[in-house]
Amino acid sequence: MISHLRSLWLVFKHMFHKRETIQYPEEKPYLPPRWRGRIVLTRDPDGMERCVACYLCAAACPVDCISLQATEDENGRRYPEFFRINFSRCIFCGYCEDACPTYAIQLIPDFEMAEYDRQNLVYEKEDLLISGQGKYHGYNFYRVAGVDAGVKPKGGGETESEPVDVRKLLP
Amino acid sequence: MNTVIHIIMIILILLVLLTIAAGLIYVERRMLAVWQDRYGPNRTGPFGLLQVLADMVKIFFKEDWIPPFVDKKVFIIAPTIVMMAVLMSFAIIPFTPKIGVVDLNIGVLFFLAMSSMGAYSVVLAGWASNNKYALLGGIRGAAQMISYEVFMGLSLMGVVILAGSFNLRDIVEAQRKIWFFIPQIVGFVIFFLAGLAETHRLPFDIPEAESELIAGYHAEYSGMKFGMFFVGEYLGISLISALVTTLYFGGWLGPHFLPPIVWFLIKMFAFILLFILIRATLPRPRYDQLMSLGWKLLLPLSLLNLLVTGAVVLYGHL
Repeated sequence: MISHLRSLWLVFKHMFHKRETIQYPEEKPYLPPRWRGRIVLTRDPDGMERCVACYLCAAACPVDCISLQATEDENGRRYPEFFRINFSRCIFCGYCEDACPTYAIQLIPDFEMAEYDRQNLVYEKEDLLISGQGKYHGYNFYRVAGVDAGVKPKGGGETESEPVDVRKLLP
Repeated sequence: MNTVIHIIMIILILLVLLTIAAGLIYVERRMLAVWQDRYGPNRTGPFGLLQVLADMVKIFFKEDWIPPFVDKKVFIIAPTIVMMAVLMSFAIIPFTPKIGVVDLNIGVLFFLAMSSMGAYSVVLAGWASNNKYALLGGIRGAAQMISYEVFMGLSLMGVVILAGSFNLRDIVEAQRKIWFFIPQIVGFVIFFLAGLAETHRLPFDIPEAESELIAGYHAEYSGMKFGMFFVGEYLGISLISALVTTLYFGGWLGPHFLPPIVWFLIKMFAFILLFILIRATLPRPRYDQLMSLGWKLLLPLSLLNLLVTGAVVLYGHL
């Protein structure tokens, strides 16, 4: 009986507490920088696409909402011919970001993607590509990779030694 | 001429009561939200007040479906009974010395009779629905309401002894010196608990118990028929609050700076808020706990209260 009266009093006191509700359209909630929202494709510091079309994101995706086709330019640099994410299927798990070896695919704190037409939720590469580097600055895969794709010559990387001529007799 | 004024007053009281009952939907949602650190409905109109209107429009335009397996006549009549019974009970409430439908000299008994009628609504609805959950709800409702009626009446007798009358106006007048909730604190608590059970409000909403019986006796109801049960429940809350005000808290009596009707409404709304606060706080007891609370604790207590009150009044007369 006493405990019932006490809980009545405790509930009554909640009248003067701060409201938990965030009045959403007027008041935006705080989203941390690592919030998993809309997916973007980023560019490297030189303004080129980071994506090397390795298909790892598509393989990691549990709902198979990513589809892409790899191709190469005249320098041998790989890039996706098309890159398509169906956001009506995407569950924003972030596995694609985890799988990406070149920091190309990233999830950003934006969730306001409502559409009247489901077809409008299928984003093509030009919708996904942003002009910046996203969360990871200064990284360019082709600067540290061991291949020449028109960014640097083979062996020209900062931590890279000159290629060894395997036919030479001297060490 | 007097008859015309009387009829106009009845219609006005009816309209005000139905408005209060509809408004309580908003008040309840808002207050529950406030006690749960939320805002509640605040989008439609100023402070969300138009939510009432939106709810009414919604429930009127809903499909009013009668399932093919129900006992059609009884199914239709059942929701009207609760509304009629509660509205009839309001006839005896003296809102002020002047406002009030009828000055019945057996007012308290009339209220008890009408609240027994309310039990029929639950039982018939549960039975006519031809659905096992509804039937279970109806059976529980019958048992609960019948057993709580017993000491609801008994707890009121203390007031009747003190006032020496069944007439609610006389009872209010008898409280000029002291409000009856002080000498009759036990009777007040018992009456309030019985009122909670009688209106099957939340801690005692065992006939409808969503978590076990879906919606109990009104599981098969839709549209405005369901709305009638809903409005009936809110009218029931207002009725019990009005009665507690009249019987234990001096009805329209109060300091003179406010008119009597305002005093009455203030007290009534305080009890309506208490109803909602109890809903926001307490969990539902088990069915057998409710029954044993009623028969093993509240019934002996109300008899004891009656005995002591009678003895004290008798001693005073000697």
